[in-house]
Amino acid sequence: MVTQSANLSRNGVTDWIIQRVTSLILAAYTLCVLGFVLMNPELDYETWSGYFNHSAMQIFTMLALVSTCAHGWIGIWTIGSDYLREHLMGPVATGIRLTFQIGCVLLTIAYFLWGMNILWGN
Amino acid sequence: MKQDSRPINVSVTDLAVFKWPIMAIASIPHRVSGALLFFGVGFMLFALDMSLSSEAGFETMKSLMATPVGMFVTWVLLSCLAYHFVAGFKHLAMDMGIAETLEGAQIASATTLFLSAILIGLAALWVIWGGF
Repeated sequence: MVTQSANLSRNGVTDWIIQRVTSLILAAYTLCVLGFVLMNPELDYETWSGYFNHSAMQIFTMLALVSTCAHGWIGIWTIGSDYLREHLMGPVATGIRLTFQIGCVLLTIAYFLWGMNILWGN
Repeated sequence: MKQDSRPINVSVTDLAVFKWPIMAIASIPHRVSGALLFFGVGFMLFALDMSLSSEAGFETMKSLMATPVGMFVTWVLLSCLAYHFVAGFKHLAMDMGIAETLEGAQIASATTLFLSAILIGLAALWVIWGGF
């Protein structure tokens, strides 16, 4: 067995569960925001910012942000470890995969910090 | 680990000789849409940030989304979201033991493709008309 060092929880079963739980949170959040937008066709700034400044929505958005980061990382890690492999591209694969994964981790962290700043920074 | 000669994966040229069952056709866009969404989060955060920054920022974001490029990006992201959403629920159903037979999987895949095609079409109408 290959020891995984770059997946989210270092454990396939835990990753699997995280992926399912976060998918439900993200599905609920998507329906919530979509429903709001569809019910407010003439959306203005007051209504929009009021919606996201509501404390329940702030918590829900933060939950969705954390879920996005975890879900996105598990997904992109899977894709990277499926396609960026030695028997597909030769010995350079490990370096390419590592670079890709480090880049994606940094992007995920940037998303999280940016999202936190949007939510609590203003 | 000792290297062995078993084929673990295939080369790109092998793709042409593969059979493409409907399950495979439904599975690939799930992965592609997920990858696009991972990078699309940047666009979503940008839009959220600008729209919540101020009244002027909100109006700027609104007009950005009304440009051809803005409309296209919005539509692609909504389409990816729609497909990933529907295909994700297919996965959750399969986790619960639903549609695990060959026939069941074919029906579930066709349903996924059909439902997401409707949603993607609706997303296009919504983007073009700026609401229903």
